[in-house]
Amino acid sequence: MKLSVWTYEGPPHVGAIRVATGMKKVHLVLHAPQGDTYADLLFTMIERRNHRPPVTYTTFQARDLGSDTATLFKEACLEAYNRFKPDLLLVGASCTAELIQDDPGGLAEALGLPVPVVALELPSYQRKENFGADETFYQIVRKLAHPVERSTEITCNLIGPTALGFRHRDDIIEITKLLNELGVQVNVCAPMHASPEDIKNLGRAHFNVLMYPETGETACRHMERTLGLPFTKTIPIGVSATNEFVDEVFTLIDRSNSEGAIDSRLPWYSASVDSTYLTGKRVFIFGDGSHVMAAARIAKEEIGFDVVGVGCYNRELARPVRAMAKELGLDALITEDYLEVEATIADLSPELILGTQMERHIGKRLGIPCAVISAPVHVQDFPARYSPQMGAEGANVIFDTWVHPLVMGLEEHLLTMFREDFEFSDNAGPSHHAAHSPNQEIADHTATVSASDEGTNVIWLSEAEKELRKIPFFVRGKARRNTEKYASDRGVAQISIETLYEAKAHYAR
Amino acid sequence: MSNDLSPSACSAAPILKERGQHEVFCGLTSIIWLHRKMQDAFFLVVGSRTCAHLLQSAAGVMIFAEPRFATAILEETDLAGMADAHQELERVVSDLLSRRSDIKRLFLVGSCPSEVIKIDLATMAKKLSEKYHPDVNVVNFSGSGIETTFTQGEDACLEAVIRDLPNDEKTQLAVLGALPDVVQDQMMRLLTAMGVDDVLVLPQQTAGTPAGVGKNTHFICAQPFLGAAYDEMIRRGAHAIHAPFPFGANGTTEWLAAIAKRFGVDQSTFDAVTAGPKARATRAIAKVSETLTGRSIFFFPDSQLEVPLARFLSDECGMTLTEVGSPYIHRALVGEDLKVIEHNAVISEGQDVEKQLDRLAECNPDLTVCGLGLANPLEAQGFSTKWAIELVFSPIHFYEQAADLAGLFARPIVRSDLLKVRSAS
Repeated sequence: MKLSVWTYEGPPHVGAIRVATGMKKVHLVLHAPQGDTYADLLFTMIERRNHRPPVTYTTFQARDLGSDTATLFKEACLEAYNRFKPDLLLVGASCTAELIQDDPGGLAEALGLPVPVVALELPSYQRKENFGADETFYQIVRKLAHPVERSTEITCNLIGPTALGFRHRDDIIEITKLLNELGVQVNVCAPMHASPEDIKNLGRAHFNVLMYPETGETACRHMERTLGLPFTKTIPIGVSATNEFVDEVFTLIDRSNSEGAIDSRLPWYSASVDSTYLTGKRVFIFGDGSHVMAAARIAKEEIGFDVVGVGCYNRELARPVRAMAKELGLDALITEDYLEVEATIADLSPELILGTQMERHIGKRLGIPCAVISAPVHVQDFPARYSPQMGAEGANVIFDTWVHPLVMGLEEHLLTMFREDFEFSDNAGPSHHAAHSPNQEIADHTATVSASDEGTNVIWLSEAEKELRKIPFFVRGKARRNTEKYASDRGVAQISIETLYEAKAHYAR
Repeated sequence: MSNDLSPSACSAAPILKERGQHEVFCGLTSIIWLHRKMQDAFFLVVGSRTCAHLLQSAAGVMIFAEPRFATAILEETDLAGMADAHQELERVVSDLLSRRSDIKRLFLVGSCPSEVIKIDLATMAKKLSEKYHPDVNVVNFSGSGIETTFTQGEDACLEAVIRDLPNDEKTQLAVLGALPDVVQDQMMRLLTAMGVDDVLVLPQQTAGTPAGVGKNTHFICAQPFLGAAYDEMIRRGAHAIHAPFPFGANGTTEWLAAIAKRFGVDQSTFDAVTAGPKARATRAIAKVSETLTGRSIFFFPDSQLEVPLARFLSDECGMTLTEVGSPYIHRALVGEDLKVIEHNAVISEGQDVEKQLDRLAECNPDLTVCGLGLANPLEAQGFSTKWAIELVFSPIHFYEQAADLAGLFARPIVRSDLLKVRSAS
């Protein structure tokens, strides 16, 4: 039993849903109790998908446990097939269904459906989300991909992107563009965007680009063995890594590099005078192994930060992360315990955290700026604009994203010179920052001043004042102004709770 | 109420009972607001990684760096009997309490896996209560998805809290249901002004205040999803007060009137207390209702607030009801609201989400109230939607919030009228 406040990864069946949701013409029937359908909102709300994930949940209840949950599963399976007519059916169990051992695979097989069925083994009490995605995709490839004739032109597959992946949507576009410039076409991108028919054609490609080891490595290794497809080992995040990725591609297709270095603004931005403020800033890096390793290299070699701590939450990549940390003269923090990460950050007190949504919380709590480099992420990390992490544009995005939370340039000097200024202090945060929030006393102080400046002579009775303070701070100023205007328009000299709510009703929209 | 149904016509209309895929949260989700409401309490879910993931996802990973809830995640060794689950839990609780000395009430919350493998949380709670007496009181309830839907988690929690209360024979009013602080304060002011002074609100903000219930306790629910807590109060000898739920000007007035009647508040006092706020609530609702009147609405089952809210929207805002779906319909609680709407709408209980989506397409309502999993896909199909979960997280009860409540439903409609931009896909 493990005490957990926040988790970096969901259970393995969420990984399976990420694969199914990324693909086309696939449906997943999940044996699961009611409540497990919460997983849908990860995709419809956090990622803002405009379709429901292709998942049918059996949503069994306590009363079903006494009778026949197996029949319930078979019925759900049949109904899902008839309604959605997928080209491939995935079946699996969530944590609770794993305990009741209904064997979804066997039950689905017995239905004799006219489409391939892949039964997923997702050990909920041992493994986690990334494993679930990696395993699900591997099983799909194993079932459907067999040797086929190679394409005459040089093509590759993009392997690893899934639904809910950190910037997967844009990385696919950026890497496709890069490969096209090198004269390589994309045969299939999978799991994201691929149909079962596409999976059958994976073998047409000449090699695989492994974009995300967390979710695609097992499938890549399998394809290397069974389809003779070599795969790239460099993750093209950062300028140097992208250049090395290009070299690797040329080696795989047996041509010499005719392209030269990629065209990113990062090297010049890092070299410009303003960026001396970045030099030697102490950073702590935490996330999934692949993104952490890429980030550490960028931080040290491409921006000139001082990396004071690194770690990852996925044990699958513990070994390479440890090795990299050692090269930096550090001990890697390999843990899924959020509180341990928080304690480490508090102890190191870095000037910048490069982390996940969780570290963003930690940063907020400790007053340390944070930029997000890895899943798990929240809705604001699925931006409307194009913002890849990979390739030349990815490096530009990374420079901007990492520098944004910091206090820069002359502002940093002024803060040091005038520490006592109540409006312009280090508590206020960087002045260009979107989440720049004045502290409460200043906000309330300003509100009172502005009211008396307007020449209103209304007095807040203490009960009403107290009531006003119960209103959330981000609308309190508006409520105060509205109430005062309402009172002065009517010649009311004293604001009572009644006045407050009369005004509220008056301004109701 | 302005409805044209005579009370005699209010026999129970048939309810469409559905059994299929339920697109709803489990009871654990209630912890998200309960842990803010009960400031000295900690909620320890005994469950799986899925439970932990649900809590942080449903909460939008947005609340606080260290919330007052956590999950004791079951691992392979706990299931294989290699570790005694009860001993393990004792160890986890001891770690937790040594780190958080501010905890006065600890709730052990059962989950689907803990129910299936039959971890005996009741016995554990008793044992731990003795061990940590008098510093920490340990109570258990189930928030499992195989037994509870969304708000039923609060119901199960409250039932456990009531079971634990000592007997108290004094005459008092008990109000059941967690309310936002500002709303609760408004309610208390109205009750005090009516002369109803001895009021116990459950759940209590802190365990410090002495409380008990008994045969002279009269209770009323402020939330419609408290069926088990209601039954527990009856078992304790308390007397139920029935009323429509306090949404809108009419709902609030009738709810207060039911209390006034039970406590012998005279009509002139009642009118003096309620006339002002009722009039301004009515005025405020009228403005927002301009957007709502004549529009149709469809409810997917979510929080059990559906029936009372449908009553408010049809009765006070002029909306037309199509289907009102609720995970569970407890007539003893929502009967007063139900009888106003049951002849104007299809009332459905439970869910088969695919069939319900088919019915929605057929109805094509102006506004659809649904959970987060369905909202964006429906918006993409051209339906205006209102996320049901917001209704649980917003102050919506009583007079001063009546227009805000109507506004929550008006906003999606206003927005779809405002937006002049089309999606390419």
